[in-house]
Amino acid sequence: MNSHAAGTSNGGSGDAAAGGAARRNTRMPKYSKFTQQELPACKPILTPKWVVSVFFIVGVIFVPIGVVSLLAARDVVEIIDRYDEACVPSNMTENKLAYIQNETISKECIRNLTVTKDMKQPIFVYYELDNFYQNHRRYVKSRNDAQLRDASKANQTSACEPEKTTANGQPIVPCGLIAWSLFNDTYNFTRGNENLTVDKKDISWKSDREHKFGKDVYPSNFQNGALKGGATLNPKIPLSEQEDLIVWMRTAALPTFRKLYGRIYFDLKENDTITVSLNNNYNTYSFGGKKRLVLSTATWLGGKNDFLGFAYLIVGGLCIFLAFAFTLLYFIKPRKLGDHNYLSWNRHPAGR
Amino acid sequence: MAGEDDGNTTNGRRRRRTRRSAVRLSKLYSYACGRRPSVADDHSVSRIGGPGFSRVVMVNAAAGEPPAAADLLQHQQQITATTNSISTTKYNLFTFLPKSLFEQFRRVANIYFLLSAGIAYSPLAAYSSSSAIAPLVIVLVATMIKEAIEDWRRNQQDTEVNNRTTQVFQQGGDGDGWDGDAAWSFRDAKWKDIRVGDIVKVHKDEFFPADLVLLSSSYEDAICYVETMNLDGETNLKLKQSLEVTSTTLPDDDSFRSFAGAVVRCEDPNAHLYTFVGNIEIDGQQHPLSPQQLLLRDSKLRNTDFVYGVVVFTGHDTKVMQNSMKVPSKRSNVEKKMDRVMYLLLFSLIVISVVSSVFFGIATGDDLQDGRMKRWYLRPDDTEIYYDPNRPAVAALLHFFTAIMLYGYFIPISLYISIEIVKLLQALFINNDIHMYHRETDTPAHARTSNLNEELGQVDTILTDKTGTLTSNSMEFIKCSIAGTAYGRGITEVERAMARRKGAPVIPNPDNMDKGNNSGIQQQQHILSSSDSEGNNDKPAVKGFNFVDERVMGGNWVNQPRSDVIEMFFRLLAVCHTCIPEVDQESGKISYEAESPDEAAFVVAARELGFTFYKRTQTGVSLRELDPSSGKQVDRSYKILNVLEFNSARKRMSVVVKNEEGKLFLFTKGADSVMFERLSGSESAYREVTQQHINEYADAGLRTLVLAYRELKEDEYAYFDRKFTAAKNSVSTDRDEKIDEAADLVERDLILLGATAVEDKLQKGVPECIDKLAQAGIKIWVLTGDKMETAINIGYACSLLRQGMKQITITLETADIIALEKVSDKTALTKASKDSVARQINEGKKLVNASSGESFALIIDGKSLTYALEDDTKDMFLDLAVGCGSVICCRSSPKQKALVTRLVKTGTGKVTLAIGDGANDVGMIQEADIGVGISGAEGMQAVMASDVSIAQFRFLERLLLVHGHWCYSRISSMICYFFYKNITFGVTLFLYDAYTSFSGQPFYNDWAMACFNVFFTSLPVIAMGVFDQDVSARFCLKFPMLYQEGPQNLLFQWQRIIGWMLNGVACAVIIFFLSTASLQHQAFRSGGEVSDMATLGATAYTCIVWAVNLQMYITVSYFTLVQHVCIWLSIALWYIFLPVYGAITPSFSTTYYMVFVEALAGAPSYWVVTLLVTAAALIPYFTYAVVKSWFFPDYHNRIQWLRHREKAKAHPDPETSADVELSQVLRQFSVRSTGVGVSARRDATAVLRHLNVDYSQSPTPGAGVVVVTTDR
Repeated sequence: MNSHAAGTSNGGSGDAAAGGAARRNTRMPKYSKFTQQELPACKPILTPKWVVSVFFIVGVIFVPIGVVSLLAARDVVEIIDRYDEACVPSNMTENKLAYIQNETISKECIRNLTVTKDMKQPIFVYYELDNFYQNHRRYVKSRNDAQLRDASKANQTSACEPEKTTANGQPIVPCGLIAWSLFNDTYNFTRGNENLTVDKKDISWKSDREHKFGKDVYPSNFQNGALKGGATLNPKIPLSEQEDLIVWMRTAALPTFRKLYGRIYFDLKENDTITVSLNNNYNTYSFGGKKRLVLSTATWLGGKNDFLGFAYLIVGGLCIFLAFAFTLLYFIKPRKLGDHNYLSWNRHPAGR
Repeated sequence: MAGEDDGNTTNGRRRRRTRRSAVRLSKLYSYACGRRPSVADDHSVSRIGGPGFSRVVMVNAAAGEPPAAADLLQHQQQITATTNSISTTKYNLFTFLPKSLFEQFRRVANIYFLLSAGIAYSPLAAYSSSSAIAPLVIVLVATMIKEAIEDWRRNQQDTEVNNRTTQVFQQGGDGDGWDGDAAWSFRDAKWKDIRVGDIVKVHKDEFFPADLVLLSSSYEDAICYVETMNLDGETNLKLKQSLEVTSTTLPDDDSFRSFAGAVVRCEDPNAHLYTFVGNIEIDGQQHPLSPQQLLLRDSKLRNTDFVYGVVVFTGHDTKVMQNSMKVPSKRSNVEKKMDRVMYLLLFSLIVISVVSSVFFGIATGDDLQDGRMKRWYLRPDDTEIYYDPNRPAVAALLHFFTAIMLYGYFIPISLYISIEIVKLLQALFINNDIHMYHRETDTPAHARTSNLNEELGQVDTILTDKTGTLTSNSMEFIKCSIAGTAYGRGITEVERAMARRKGAPVIPNPDNMDKGNNSGIQQQQHILSSSDSEGNNDKPAVKGFNFVDERVMGGNWVNQPRSDVIEMFFRLLAVCHTCIPEVDQESGKISYEAESPDEAAFVVAARELGFTFYKRTQTGVSLRELDPSSGKQVDRSYKILNVLEFNSARKRMSVVVKNEEGKLFLFTKGADSVMFERLSGSESAYREVTQQHINEYADAGLRTLVLAYRELKEDEYAYFDRKFTAAKNSVSTDRDEKIDEAADLVERDLILLGATAVEDKLQKGVPECIDKLAQAGIKIWVLTGDKMETAINIGYACSLLRQGMKQITITLETADIIALEKVSDKTALTKASKDSVARQINEGKKLVNASSGESFALIIDGKSLTYALEDDTKDMFLDLAVGCGSVICCRSSPKQKALVTRLVKTGTGKVTLAIGDGANDVGMIQEADIGVGISGAEGMQAVMASDVSIAQFRFLERLLLVHGHWCYSRISSMICYFFYKNITFGVTLFLYDAYTSFSGQPFYNDWAMACFNVFFTSLPVIAMGVFDQDVSARFCLKFPMLYQEGPQNLLFQWQRIIGWMLNGVACAVIIFFLSTASLQHQAFRSGGEVSDMATLGATAYTCIVWAVNLQMYITVSYFTLVQHVCIWLSIALWYIFLPVYGAITPSFSTTYYMVFVEALAGAPSYWVVTLLVTAAALIPYFTYAVVKSWFFPDYHNRIQWLRHREKAKAHPDPETSADVELSQVLRQFSVRSTGVGVSARRDATAVLRHLNVDYSQSPTPGAGVVVVTTDR
């Protein structure tokens, strides 16, 4: 440090004079707007003008978006038919579980649907399950991606508990609970005598088909166990073409979900009656889940979901309301700048 | 624990004190009596060889004959194994990993993260182990890199020290064994290569490389001068002297060739700087060694060409290294509170985990009833233990750990490291603040420990040292009174302040930083030039001398009426001291090394007035005097026979000298209280006048000394000398008393010469700074070693005291106590003193309680403080002190300073800041919450112990009001924000989990989650912590009351923390429900695709990233480009991450494979939902912020409004008349609240009146501080 000690008194005029020349060597901080924390900055403040205009602008933007979204949703025609109750024979309504588990009872079921409004093709066919926890951690984890992708890794069944191997140790392909519980209701649609064929191509994500499910991976030992889960798979068809499986394996986020069953490339007219002959195979009775068949069109925004539009309207409306409310507040009760009372720290006596 | 330690150190310090004075006394002998063995060594010598005194050093063993005894040889090898290299690093290459990891896991949060990492590797894991570990690893590695860099720096310093060179007596490179005599010489060697037993030669102004026993020096009598500034902060030189036996046999380099076989036996390494016990055996004869022969490492050789010494302690064995203690690690209040918040978060984490587990248990148990599977697709009949419906309790218990890991995002993992980064950068800003750079000493501010930055914004009480802190510790000889005539026309700082107080205009605030915020460069130059000019104005031509009077200067004194007295006066100044002159060979200038700056000032004054003291030998001093009769310079020398040392009891110092004519004189200088009673009764011609002058000087805040002399007769002196020598040689306990008695024999019947007045100069800007601090609501206590009168004077000068303030003085200098002291009945005295102090405190309290609206000042002296600080009275004392506007403790010892600091700290529970510059302040600096060291003249001791060092007291204003406030506001906002963002994230996970029947399924992809804290949200919050300014520096200083947000902890109170947490919960709820409801089971694309877990999760995640980052725009009040970049970069990172991560092979990206490119980007609903949810999530806080700032503004909000109004004023607006009013109220409020300081003197009503006028007239409103003049 400074070597000039307290008691030292040098006769000369000190080092002040020498300072000028030696300026280069100082430890003086370099001046920059950055180091001095003087960077140009904007310092926003919640002035009435700002606040009201922000709320107002948000409102003004949101309300139209809401209206457009709502209109889009209204454009969608959706036919929903819950059939899990109706398809149970009347004598078995008290014991649905016995009905579904009894393989000797025919599961055929005919449903008639009336088209409420004109429906332009393509018409999407969904099945909707309810109270079905596809997102349960045990369920979600119970698969092996490597096995699905790569024929040489058929033996990789880790994480597939408890549907790993058959009783004699053969690996199950595809293994795991998800595949095992594959949905197996089937639908056929007719309009009068006209068969409305369901196109089941391309109902899954392309990336799934191409990268997650192998072209050379064939089902083996599937649904061979004592306890059958859901659908069986044709062992001749590679997994990448088993689109129902691929769709099913994309686990849903919430316990109520729809999955794409196929598309119908026919335009439906209002008041058309569509006959659905379905096989009510899938057991939702043991856990009390509902099954619905959904026919729906889609717009740029997707399916018939009013919520988004309403939410926009509500949020936009709220913003406009707040804009007015703050304007009113500003005029009715302007801030009293000089109000001595609210300047006092005594309002926080202890502070802490 | 800590308290005890501190107690010990202060005790140690006190012990050191007493030892120190012993050292000083022994130094005096060398002048008068030559060498003599140390007094107290007799019994300690016998201990040598016993436990604790086992060290045996073979002097120059390598050169001499091999030692006889084998065990000695072994011992020698053992101690030479300790090299002289030192290492102050925390880690080395091998211990770094385990040790730094251990340090890391001492934090609660990190243990939690380790635990959850452990869970990640078990089947309980909620998500993949590697993604769970990654953030922890990143955080740990970052912290460890920081540790490593810091340690590397320490290592560099060590290396620098270890590689310094010194001369060691050793064999040359080509020498061959014992007969190669010629090859033995003093050669340069690195410090680290020095071994115990080596003989080293140290040259002038070099540091001693190790602890040495002095063998001989360049002086004939083998003395040397040592500067121990690095050890104890004392700047005076200490005298060391070797034993006669070594100095005579070892005069030069060559003599060492034949020197061998000497053995030093001494104590083991210990930390006592002022003790040393040992002996040296030469030729079979033992000679005792004392501290007088020990040269300590890190002290410096001064005024001596060279010394020889033998190394006895090396490296970490040296006393200075043994002494280096760990600086007590301090944690800020905010961080302590943050820990409590962490516990709260951990607690709520556990609560929701329990809730989750219970529901999970119920759901799991439900799955299998009487062999009937409910959710058959989960195969409850064939499960592992984790989902076993037959043992739902066990499953729930295990699930608890899964939940703890899953909801772990409640605990912000990167908080600690972010805070450390932020604080480091904040510290850099402090170090680089040009407004805290002191040009004269080339010293910038330095935040030595960055972890206390925000504490600077919460200071409630400042405890300040006086000398060197408030005052510049440069003593200036400014006035004198000789033979009843007062000389000297200088005006002191105190006189200026007094004039100011009596109605002269208030000097405008000097801190130029307030003004001209517009152009940086200009401003900088402005500051430089201003300090230039002030430097020129203030600095006297000669340091320590500010005396202007043509009557005596330039030799004119010979024409004065009592020139004989004046001559004697100056001669006394030149002779009666213990300074050492240092003549610059080239310029011939003489400078002085003195024990105290006062003494230096006297000698300098004497020199400037014609009595140049230029040489001191063992026996006398030489002067170059102006001979009044011839008018020529003549050299005269005086033989110094005795030095009667100054001490606080004697309050005087004398020398007995014999001049060239053989006349004996006693020269005495001392405090007026003791001197006047020693004057001869007959010689009182100008006694009254002198006394009056002394009073005037004291009023002006000057230190006064009375100078007197007498001529001694031979027989009188002989009698005294006999008595004095006998007293000094006695070993009994009353030795000091005997010496005093002997001194008393001659120090009587003195002839008065006059009095001197030395100004203890106030540092620049001190009164103004204190005023600002007082306005900021900070209490200031002055703890000083000075006497009461001086302390009070300085108190007035720096506005701590003012007229109209009631002074409560607690002192034991009362008649009855003094009377009791004479009787010297210890117990009675103690009791009476204690009662007296208690009574005075009580009376003071009554006075304070009785009045309202009056300001009080408490002044207490050290003796009373001893009693006041006792356990049963200290609370009362603290009560009284807190009720007073200012508190001054005078005559307080370092230990008392530390005790008072502790009392305030623990008693009030508020943040204390201690500021000081000297070794005697180290105790209080370490005791206080924040220690600030003034890197001034008194050595580095205080700075080394401090947390922040500044060059001048006045920089405290900017350090606290600007940097402190900013750091506090930044850190607290930052921590709140951290909690907010992590709770937002964590709660969405919890809500989603509820929809998976609490099975522990995460909503988002593993790696996306892992990146949340590190990439998508860390930058803006760090930018906020570093750059945010709620109020600009200018306004921070203009409205000091803003500072109160810190001490009252308004920005980090529970309401605010919980509020932010609730905001997080609200955000999470809005984000989760809006996004899931918007994208439920219906198709979300025109292609009819429905959303699944991946797309819904990614959408919600997008909303969180947006909401959490845009929240910044509502939170931050100061946007630089950096912040914009950080915010938008974070959002952009998410949009970069998604496709990039999604493009990696699906075996890694799993569910997020192509999720953005294929599914989300092309879906309008994804973007529409993002907009909706983001806006909706921000509305609640935005509304809250509006209402708060409109109707319940914080102080900084109000100032922001004011600034805004001021700006708007540039464009005239009818509405702005209101801001004049606001500004007044703000300011008036600021002014009113303070009891001390310059502004406290203004009457509130006068202020209002003047402000109205001044403000409207001010050309640039608010640009500078309004100058108000009051006629009081």
